[in-house]
Amino acid sequence: MKPFAYVRAGSVEEATDAFAAHPGARYLGGGTNLVDLMKLGVEAPAALVDVTRLPLDAVEELPDGSLQVGATVRNSDLAAHPVVRDRYPALSQALLAGASGQLRNAATTGGNLLQRTRCPYFQDRSKPCNKREPGSGCGALEGVHRDHAVLGHSDQCIATNPSDMAVALAALDARVELTGPDGSRSVPAADFHRLPGMHPERDTEILPGELITGVLLPAATAGLPSAYRKARDRASYAFALASVAVVLDVGDGVVERAGIAFGALAHRPWRARRAEDALIGAAPTTAAFEHALDLELAAAEPLRDNAFKVPLARRIALDVLSRLAPPATT
Amino acid sequence: MTATETVLGAPAERREGREKVTGTARYAAEYDSADRAHAWPVPATVARGRVIAVDAAAALALPGVLAVLTHENAPRLGDPDDPVLAVLQNPRVPHRGWFVALVVAETLEAARAGAGAVRVTYETEGADVTLTASHPEAYVPDSANGGFPAVTEKGDPDGAFASSAARLDVGYTVPPLHNHPMEPHAGTARWEGDRLTVYSSSQGTSAVRAELARLFGLPEDRITVRSEHVGGGFGSKGTPRPEVVLAAMAARETGRPVTLALPRRYLPAVVGHRAPTLHRLRLGADADGRLTSLTHEVTTYTSRVKEFVEQAAVPARVMYAAPTMRTLHRVAALDVPTPSWMRAPGECPGMYALESAMDELAVEVGVDPVELRIRNEPETEPESGKPFSSRSLVECLRDGARRFGWERRDPRPRSGEEGPLLIGTGVASATYPVLVGPGVASARALPGGDFLVRVNATDIGTGARTVLAQIAADALGAPLDAVRVEIADSDIGFGSVAGGSSGTASWGSAVHEACARLSGMLAGRSEPLPEEGLVAEADTSGKADAESPYARHAFGAHFAEVAVDTVSGEVRVTRLLGVFAAGRILNARTARSQFIGGMTMGLGMALTEDSTMDPAFGDFTQSDLASYHVPAHADVVAPEAYWVEEADDHLNPMGSKGIGEIGIVGTAAAVGNAVHHATGIRFRELPLTPDRVLTGLLEHGHPAGMLGV
Amino acid sequence: MDSRHDRAPDSRTPEPERSQTTLRVNGKPHTLMVDHRRVLLDLLREDLGLTGAKKGCDHGQCGACTVLVDGRRMNGCLLLAVALDGSEITTVEGLAGDGEDLHPLQQAFLDRDAFQCGYCTPGQICSAAGVLAEAAAGHPSHVTDPAAPSGEPVALGREEIRERMSGNLCRCGAYPRIVDAVEDVIP
Repeated sequence: MKPFAYVRAGSVEEATDAFAAHPGARYLGGGTNLVDLMKLGVEAPAALVDVTRLPLDAVEELPDGSLQVGATVRNSDLAAHPVVRDRYPALSQALLAGASGQLRNAATTGGNLLQRTRCPYFQDRSKPCNKREPGSGCGALEGVHRDHAVLGHSDQCIATNPSDMAVALAALDARVELTGPDGSRSVPAADFHRLPGMHPERDTEILPGELITGVLLPAATAGLPSAYRKARDRASYAFALASVAVVLDVGDGVVERAGIAFGALAHRPWRARRAEDALIGAAPTTAAFEHALDLELAAAEPLRDNAFKVPLARRIALDVLSRLAPPATT
Repeated sequence: MTATETVLGAPAERREGREKVTGTARYAAEYDSADRAHAWPVPATVARGRVIAVDAAAALALPGVLAVLTHENAPRLGDPDDPVLAVLQNPRVPHRGWFVALVVAETLEAARAGAGAVRVTYETEGADVTLTASHPEAYVPDSANGGFPAVTEKGDPDGAFASSAARLDVGYTVPPLHNHPMEPHAGTARWEGDRLTVYSSSQGTSAVRAELARLFGLPEDRITVRSEHVGGGFGSKGTPRPEVVLAAMAARETGRPVTLALPRRYLPAVVGHRAPTLHRLRLGADADGRLTSLTHEVTTYTSRVKEFVEQAAVPARVMYAAPTMRTLHRVAALDVPTPSWMRAPGECPGMYALESAMDELAVEVGVDPVELRIRNEPETEPESGKPFSSRSLVECLRDGARRFGWERRDPRPRSGEEGPLLIGTGVASATYPVLVGPGVASARALPGGDFLVRVNATDIGTGARTVLAQIAADALGAPLDAVRVEIADSDIGFGSVAGGSSGTASWGSAVHEACARLSGMLAGRSEPLPEEGLVAEADTSGKADAESPYARHAFGAHFAEVAVDTVSGEVRVTRLLGVFAAGRILNARTARSQFIGGMTMGLGMALTEDSTMDPAFGDFTQSDLASYHVPAHADVVAPEAYWVEEADDHLNPMGSKGIGEIGIVGTAAAVGNAVHHATGIRFRELPLTPDRVLTGLLEHGHPAGMLGV
Repeated sequence: MDSRHDRAPDSRTPEPERSQTTLRVNGKPHTLMVDHRRVLLDLLREDLGLTGAKKGCDHGQCGACTVLVDGRRMNGCLLLAVALDGSEITTVEGLAGDGEDLHPLQQAFLDRDAFQCGYCTPGQICSAAGVLAEAAAGHPSHVTDPAAPSGEPVALGREEIRERMSGNLCRCGAYPRIVDAVEDVIP
């Protein structure tokens, strides 16, 4: 780990100013991933701008029925928040399916969104990785890649995004709120992370100097049935082999709203738009779910050793959809 | 009630327990001093080749960096017994992860930064790291680990197999596995003139001292090695490891005490691992399931540094009454890290394969798998013909079956269904040999009525300290709290390693002898003890380790229940019950913990622990604890361990067999057999992770309760 | 030795690569000049001589370094010490407060033989202390019934304990005994 300067920001403006004043700076949240990667030499910031003490630690209900989550709210607090548990259960469940109690106590909402891939080739500086070092190649493509992407990957990068939380945010139509040198904006959570394409070094749509200030959970999905399911190698404390977050609203015997997002299948939480489109207006039957998931997963291009992820994702999604559908209809 | 009845076998509390729960127990990296420096190794980043150049300038320019040792400037060492200890002696890179430099610095941060700044240039050579059953360079070695002959043959197994009513010819695969004790390997070394003191995370200080003496050209009496507390080892600390050599080297070069605690990710390459094993089992049997032929052939790898052959076909020589038998090991030397001991080397992977095959045979001939094993119970050790000193496998199977409720089992595969879950149960046998080593001990009677026992044992979490006090109190006829025990110090004298489940038998024999002798000296003595007390010593060389006319093994039986999620392929072990026969159990409390600990590691082998040798880069892809999945709390539901007491006069004065390893032997087979019972599918490669299990479920059609695919 | 206790400089001006930092550890204030790279775990072990918190992986993957930061359990290996300025840290050494008595969890671990090698034990005990507080505060876990009322204390059955303790690996396999010990201490 290289020596670095440390600046503790007291306000968003102080944070973005400090970031601008220190070339090579990174924002420090809970540090559970950034410090990990600094120890590995994968991240070597010249300065850390500590944003954990910004006044962004509140979860507030807004008049329009949406829920504003501050960027520094810890994962465990967000998962335990009564409004989150009651109105956005998929988010609470996703958070609780991730990491460990200790890590959830430290990790922040903003930091969770910015955690980087668990690809072992990315984590090992002695190996080629286009994400870590553009142009160096991809060790995983022909290497050990059981855990890698089946959707949306490129010949530059087959890494997956490891977040559980981000999968639920994508399904719930959340928005990521950003403040940077050029002001504030918000981005749909489902579009916040990128596909690798020719630039796997860019995980997200965040612009240089931009700070995540919060996440907005919309009124539109508040209180709708939602759930998260994760399959993993051990019963707890393991990254997903595949996961799914589902929001399903059924009225008058037909699906009125569906939000489906997959985790661990792609470089970003994979919002299953094709499946959702196929479901809208359809009766929520097993056959309809199967048809919709097949439409979505037809785009999958598994690698040599991860073909299992496609049926795994399909089956856990089908299971969650079936559980969320009103009993009589499936 | 005699002292024996009250002390030996009692569930005495761990003597160091208070230190461990208050955080004051000190481990090897925790011997601080004002001038202590820290070291950080630099691992090779090529799978095979040589170091052409090391540019240490950038590292040395960093604040706090004291020295960078490489093969060019490191002290020349003598020849070790174990070539993995010849570190920084030449430019050769025998495998990725081999240490090519060491940075010594004032702080951990500076040492880490320094290691990151060392630039190493290599000349790379083509590497072969991929083991296959038909590897062209595989050969039959002279012997396998433990000194066992690589090949044994009895009768005509091929002919008998060909004419058997039931025939099974199957292969099993066990991946590389990693010990990963919670304490990463560490050493703190200090030189005072030409005296070397080392705190080492070792399972045996005598072996460390002997190697350091060879390497540094010192008489052993100028070296002290201590291992007061060791954070687990499971074999990986059973032999001296590079960190202790590097720490001593760095301390000598810098004139400072130096601690080297290995980063977790570096362990898989340098502390040994369980080599992958490819098994071929051929079982011939009559229509009733009585074996007519047993062939177990194992192919494994070793490194180019030294030959280590996982003796996985050896347990087949012990288990069943097959009139014809062949056991054979093949090994290929590849450009891989050097494998070594991991909990029950040989028995653990070997019994996974054999006991899985026995289950397949049971299904094939339609005999209950418990009964099948009982039918094949031998009268004498199959390979040697020696009588068993005691063998209670049948009792373990019967007792376990009773406790588990085996008679309620529906033998039909895929007969248990609960919603999306398939429920199944399985059984497997366990065996582990009785090993024992020589050593010295002393017992001193002190004027105040207390006793001091000194023996160079190591307590890596087994409870050795505690059980040795029990042995001493028993032999002395003294209350347990009158006995103090000092261990884990090479100055005490020779002590064998805490390995091979031999510790208690080995150290205990010496303690027992010293205490019995002291008892004799005290008996009838009327005058008061001198101020320094009265000492008796023992040296069991040639006695404790004498060849026995008996075949001596512990046995056991595992029963497992699994739930297989047909949606995800996730398998959970819902019940795990082991019954063991290991002579006399000397401490019911610590013994139960050790049995369950072994079973838990076996559960990991069955379900979660997977390591992959990267064919292109030559290292283990799963090098950290986020990717190498040792079982977590949530995986371990309610394991139960029981034992059958054995009275065996052919073991040692305590009548005990080792218990540290048998818990892991057979567990994975019991789980795998339960998965077969649950699903009707025989998975022959470990671990049973969702990728494999789901793929199997899909290939075998739609099991009951499954959502469609 | 930038962060040695006795080297704290007199100036409070932050230096480019280190800063003066004050932590209360087990009730006692410590002001140190810390290298920004120093994590809490190394500060405890190297600067304060509190080696109860263990380094098992140094990457948040084993839980052996678990301590309480302002009452919440966290992995000391991933927390930069400088960022904790003003925090209250409790380690296994300070869990019981002053005096000879053991914390009830420490006593329960002894009573239940809830450890073998002892290396994960301080982390397990600190983590268990955090688990008890979290459940009392109504924090759910992965295995809590989603229909359970929000905000109310969660009853800690064995499955809950196992899930909540899963961030603390134990290679000796003392898990069932640890669950026993935690169960013993549930109020």
